[in-house]
Amino acid sequence: MSLTKLRKPQNDDVTAAALLAPRSQRRSVITRRGRIGWAFVAPFGVTFIALLVIPLLYAFWLSLNTNTLAKGNQFTWFHNYGQAFTDPLFLEGARFVIVFSLILIPFQMLISLITALIIDELANKVARISRLLIFIPYAVPVVIGAIMWGFLYSPSFGPMGEIFGFFGLNAPNLLSADGIFWGLVNIVTWQWVGYYMIIIFSALQGLDPSLFEAARIDGASKLQIALRIKIPLVAPALVLILVFALIGTLQFFTEPQILRSLAGGAITSGFTPNLYAFNLAFVYRDFNYASTISFALGIVVFIGSYIFLSASRKKSGL
Amino acid sequence: MQPALKWYKNVAVVGLTLASLTLTGCAASAGKDGSGRAESRNLSCTNKIVNPDVEQVSVWAWYPEFESVVDEYNKNNDDVQICWNNAGVGADEYTKLNTALAAGSGAADVVMLEAAMLPSYTVQDSLVDLTPFGAADIKKNFSPGAWADVSTTEGVFAAPVDGGPMGMLYRSDIFKQYNVAVPTTWAEFADSAQQLKDNGYPGFITNFPTNGRAYIQALFSQAGAVPYTVDPDDPSRIGIDLESPEVLQVLNYWNDLIERGLVSHNDRNTSDDNARMLDGTYASYIAPAWGPGYLAGLADPGAVTEWRAVPLPQWDANKPVQVNWGGSSFAVTNQAPNPALSAKVAMGIFGSEATWKIGIEKATLFPLWSPMLESDYFRDLDYAFFGGQQINEDVFIDAAASYEGFTNLPFLSLIYDTTTEGLYAMAEGTQTPEETVTSLQKTFVDYAENQGFTVN
Repeated sequence: MSLTKLRKPQNDDVTAAALLAPRSQRRSVITRRGRIGWAFVAPFGVTFIALLVIPLLYAFWLSLNTNTLAKGNQFTWFHNYGQAFTDPLFLEGARFVIVFSLILIPFQMLISLITALIIDELANKVARISRLLIFIPYAVPVVIGAIMWGFLYSPSFGPMGEIFGFFGLNAPNLLSADGIFWGLVNIVTWQWVGYYMIIIFSALQGLDPSLFEAARIDGASKLQIALRIKIPLVAPALVLILVFALIGTLQFFTEPQILRSLAGGAITSGFTPNLYAFNLAFVYRDFNYASTISFALGIVVFIGSYIFLSASRKKSGL
Repeated sequence: MQPALKWYKNVAVVGLTLASLTLTGCAASAGKDGSGRAESRNLSCTNKIVNPDVEQVSVWAWYPEFESVVDEYNKNNDDVQICWNNAGVGADEYTKLNTALAAGSGAADVVMLEAAMLPSYTVQDSLVDLTPFGAADIKKNFSPGAWADVSTTEGVFAAPVDGGPMGMLYRSDIFKQYNVAVPTTWAEFADSAQQLKDNGYPGFITNFPTNGRAYIQALFSQAGAVPYTVDPDDPSRIGIDLESPEVLQVLNYWNDLIERGLVSHNDRNTSDDNARMLDGTYASYIAPAWGPGYLAGLADPGAVTEWRAVPLPQWDANKPVQVNWGGSSFAVTNQAPNPALSAKVAMGIFGSEATWKIGIEKATLFPLWSPMLESDYFRDLDYAFFGGQQINEDVFIDAAASYEGFTNLPFLSLIYDTTTEGLYAMAEGTQTPEETVTSLQKTFVDYAENQGFTVN
């Protein structure tokens, strides 16, 4: 049934010659074309199956088994999932990434939107240079960025003490339990704002200038044009960014993993669900439960993205 | 049906073609350099192999200056060669090892492991018992405490290498400048801490690193705590006792010093803390025997700090208890293709005076191998960093002699991580020592039961 559906479009572009030809010959043309099509898809298909589908199935199989240190391996159905959704470390990590997204995402979207609007409005040499400069952090590998900020935050090597001292203040320790949240918000914002800014900027560049002209003639100020015309028109880009940021933040891993060696007490083994899965697998040697945690996180991310997308679909036209 | 079958066929054809291409690729590269056994295993080494024609054993180790030790060993052995790589220090190497063990291939034949980590690997049968390969012959070369750390009723799972008997390293210039006596008991230590502060010293008598891992366990042990036990007849029956008065005594003691502002609680082994170790922030360093090497490695040459070593402060001066922090061993993994040869390497690397001299002079290791430990050379060695003090004779040899071993559980990484988090919360003042031990106890017991252990 699905096959006939698939072949329909092919029927449409079969040439007139083939249509006139006898039935059997026509079919052979179609199969040949189908075969060529599959050959083109094959490199992707093989990679997709070998590197994504099979590992996922294997990880799912692992998550249905329980391997304990003392008793060995057992098939336990969904026991691990029951454990995961009552595991305080997993729930605490999940709570952290959700709170982190709620604060981080609006913050970085606001900054990238404002910079994009300003750069779009100015459209001169300064704007071009600042566009590049704001984008550069995205080109820095995440690990390098985290190590660099780790040094900048360092109480004895970093410049924070001197900068705050200049104003007669005590520098906050962004590697302590209280400060690490804001330390991470800063690193992620620094890293991603440029990328999001470019997405919004290109959306702005694609808008029809006659709209702004009409608004100006009607007496709209620059601020009004930005708020009432530009922002509503780039809303699809904003939704896209929101989904990227949401998925990225729920899978938060690299920055806390790097900073962990500098702030061991503040970043616990279950700081984020991904960090917890990493520690379970590669430090505590519990690959089964680590797979469960990964799938549990996947479920949370999937539900979150699905609800969000279906809620925003009508408005944004995505 | 017909087209569906074709579809599968086409995919299969392409898949097979790709697979055969990769396989031919492998075969071609294997054929090119197939000149000896080592190449056929595709080992790549950090060191240069002296005798390329004999079998090689791969080794992971993170000792400083280990390359010279390997070269010395390879020069003197014509039946085996060590192919050495540094797979990372401590936890970094364990992460790689855990991954390789789970994958079923990729681990080195011989790996350096802290003695405390051995139960974490023997519990999953990842290590080879060295008994059939002559472990009994080398037993006489080690103290009973050192031997107990690498063996169980089921076998000998590593060859001991270096130890970490503990002492106190202190800045004699700071103690002199502020006119404070060097403590010999923990009570005196607290008094000295107060006096240093009262006499105007801006730093701390020492640091209490909440991420001290094995250091914290050593402090518990010194107070007489036996937090973990394993039933020798049935390793799945274990005991966990963090709520003992001895553990609480240790935590209350340090928590009190932290609350009074006499001791700091910074993470150790960070670049920040390495700087503080030497800039006069800390007046002393409660250290293992490998600590002096670590400290000297951090110091700028020509620094004007004066360090000296004294024995570890005691709870009861009349009944001194010596403990151990760290120290390591060589174990053979179950992936070694030639366990006999690997065992020979594991037991032999640090089985000669020549390799030990490199280990001691260049890497400041503390030998557990008694021919070296008991030698006049080692006893009389003077250390420039300590103003020529013979720290082995003064402190560490005695400390090593009375060490009796310490039992660790097979989920040590979890214990270390959880303890770090608990102590951090205590030092930050968010929970009391009592709450800390209660939550540690609960976490460990829950985890152990979840892992199928019977907790007594």
